Amino acid sequence: MDMPTPNPDLLAQKPKLVAQLRAVLPSDAVIDAPEEVRAYECDALTAYRCAPLVAVLPSTTEEVAAILRICHQMGVPVVPRGSGTSLAGGALPTADCVILGVARLREVIEINTSDRYIRVQTGMTNLSVTAAVESDGFFYAPDPSSQLACAIAGNIAMNSGGAHCLKYGVTTNNLLGVTLVLADGEVVEIGGAHMDAGGLDLLGVICGSEGQLGVVTEATLRILPKPEGARPVLIGFDSNEVAGACVADIIKSGLIPVAIEFMDRPIIRATESFAGAGYPDCEALLIVEVEGSPQEIADQLARITTIAKRHNPVEIRESQGPEESARIWLGRKSAFGAMGQMGDYICLDGTIPVGALPTVLKRIGELSEAAGHMVGNVFHAGDGNMHPLILFDANEPGQLESAEALGADILKLCVDVGGCLTGEHGVGVEKRDLMTHQFSPADLEAQMAVKDVFDPTWILNPAKVFPLAVSAGRRGAQ
Amino acid sequence: MSIMATVKDISCDSEAQLADMIRTGGPFVVTGGGTSRIGLAEGDRLLWTGAQFDYDPGALTLVVSAGMAVDAVSARLAEEHQRLAFEPPDLGPLLGRDGARSIGGMVATNASGPRRVAVGACRDACLGVRFVDGRGKIVKNGGRVMKNVTGLDLVKLMAGSQGTLGVLTEVSLKTQPIPETTATLIFEGQTEVEAVNTMSRALGTPFDITGAAHLRQVADGTPARTLLRLEGIESAVRYRVEALQQRLSDLGEAAVEWEAAQSEATWRAIRDVTRFVGVPGDVWRLSVTPSEAPGLVAAIAPLDVIYDWGGGRLWLLMSAGTDVRAKMGKGHATLVRASDETKRALGVFPPENRLVAQLSKGLRQKFDPEQKFNPGMMG
Repeated sequence: MDMPTPNPDLLAQKPKLVAQLRAVLPSDAVIDAPEEVRAYECDALTAYRCAPLVAVLPSTTEEVAAILRICHQMGVPVVPRGSGTSLAGGALPTADCVILGVARLREVIEINTSDRYIRVQTGMTNLSVTAAVESDGFFYAPDPSSQLACAIAGNIAMNSGGAHCLKYGVTTNNLLGVTLVLADGEVVEIGGAHMDAGGLDLLGVICGSEGQLGVVTEATLRILPKPEGARPVLIGFDSNEVAGACVADIIKSGLIPVAIEFMDRPIIRATESFAGAGYPDCEALLIVEVEGSPQEIADQLARITTIAKRHNPVEIRESQGPEESARIWLGRKSAFGAMGQMGDYICLDGTIPVGALPTVLKRIGELSEAAGHMVGNVFHAGDGNMHPLILFDANEPGQLESAEALGADILKLCVDVGGCLTGEHGVGVEKRDLMTHQFSPADLEAQMAVKDVFDPTWILNPAKVFPLAVSAGRRGAQ
Repeated sequence: MSIMATVKDISCDSEAQLADMIRTGGPFVVTGGGTSRIGLAEGDRLLWTGAQFDYDPGALTLVVSAGMAVDAVSARLAEEHQRLAFEPPDLGPLLGRDGARSIGGMVATNASGPRRVAVGACRDACLGVRFVDGRGKIVKNGGRVMKNVTGLDLVKLMAGSQGTLGVLTEVSLKTQPIPETTATLIFEGQTEVEAVNTMSRALGTPFDITGAAHLRQVADGTPARTLLRLEGIESAVRYRVEALQQRLSDLGEAAVEWEAAQSEATWRAIRDVTRFVGVPGDVWRLSVTPSEAPGLVAAIAPLDVIYDWGGGRLWLLMSAGTDVRAKMGKGHATLVRASDETKRALGVFPPENRLVAQLSKGLRQKFDPEQKFNPGMMG
């Protein structure tokens, strides 16, 4: 994976840059000592690291604006950073960049339960937003696995999803308004507590733009009343095809479960030996969760088990209470940890049309065998968002490269069956060079044209999302 | 209401042909069925007539030509007991147009009905687009899958862009199962403040309200009605109707409409603003925060009003030529039905703050540098 050569002029200007930043920020908000900036050398894509020139931790929108004005004037690239949980390298620095962390933007600005929104500074974590409205009976719906740590700023940048988006949608469906600081330090208000845009839907293109268009410092988020209760059923099958058919039948039946999770045999075995959730040893497992009152839950689960029984499952285990629910979810929730214990892994998140599931799983099996890397599949089956976990040994020379090559083949496969490279993690640097497999030059040109409007000199996260060769002319204009 | 001076109709069914037309001609008024256009524009009428239809009920997704009629698509979905969840309005009768609304027009106007309050707008159900921009470039964005964060999201940008950025040729949409049962709870005689409070309380319960609207008393004696819709499997709807009545018992007795056809007619009339069809006056559409709605309505003093989306969307009937925007605080107002003179004088789309206007203009310049599409419509 290539990154642009750091600009020597910018490296030479570090003292001037630091002095200017110190003039507008509290002294502890500018980090420039080489041993301290190393704390920002990577995000959760830890295979790639590079210490930034400087890291800044503003506490207000005005400070963010001041930082961007300085960087814009000096032509210094800015890499915005939420909590650094990106799996795609979205917050990976370059040696000549300023890392702009939002960790100190942590205020709740307004809670309005009658109009069902909350306005927050975007350094707040995903889960702390829910915590702020929980006592009023509300929650914030998007629930990425990293929700304990990940920041709303990062959620907006990556348009984060989660296990429950089949019913509630992803970030873009739950975002009403933002305060956005543009590349030149101008502060713009977009949207608000009302529901729709009056003109062009700028909010829609900002959400998921991976820090390419601006820095979101405040956000108005839709909050929803908490459901009365939720309960899952675990269904085991002896073939992936049959499990896939069962998912399609559940969806066609008219029920909308809040989650349909799928695990294949390698994952089932790995999680069993790691967490001991008591899963049957079978080819494929589904966890289907429904919400509502006790009676509604019982009725929905009865319908789901009736559908499942038509597909001759090897096991159906309906949760009878909170303890059993936790046990059913235990294996799923420990899947990443279980694979992590077996070795290093790469986690992909390509999405496919649900109907292509059996074909894709079979092909992944073949590719995995040919490449000599074990691949476990755990994913959100209701929406086709795969999560193949490719095992490798980082200490073995060449293993990372061959695992990445296998990953690229799997993602290309997702695109070829009508899907996409990434369903919720984002492109970052990880899938950047695969973008030409999914998009034509005109498609990429249209996306870059949007960046041209928001960030004409391409100082915001410039080495991400677009293949370097494709964006070279624009980045060169800096 | 004449909005455009059509020189000629141009119809295309291949993207390459369309791209060629765009490169060599213009300006164009981008048109689907012509039922929902509210902005002013002049030029050749450009119609897209492709017939792509690729529907996967098991994945709740549909890839469809932007030229297809919404009603034809809905009929095909209904065969699989599915629908477009966001309940796209048919504004043809309100605007005095008799064409068949198209998928492209629906997306270009982000047409969303009462269910928007529960399931999101048209843009939230849009998964992918193909379009030809003003330079004649064929562009695709998004895809046919429900979760997709690959690259910048131009799908949302195209939804609601009123044809000013490109001609949509194909759209991928999320579909939704049609529920077994629909019931509508009806409170009569509430004031508008009480109604918004009722709707907010209901929307704050976990009972999945899929419609919350309020209609004023009618001259024929029909009292003011506050309407709450519940949909789902029958046992669930029965339970939730009862639970909701209990939670709102201090507001008095609510009638329940259990007849699905009756509920459907009631909500269709709200969706299509039927109440204002054939009634003289300008029609404005406001997007506001619900709790501010009754005060705003009192300040504006319209001839009539429909509260939808729990009070978040207001349809106002105004004396011709009246500007409501001076009274607006947060939120925005769109002039949906008025004479061309009034539309020219007051502007159809809401004014934007300096930077939003600048960014929007920048985007239009990128996608349509020679202003070939609906020139001047959005600013």
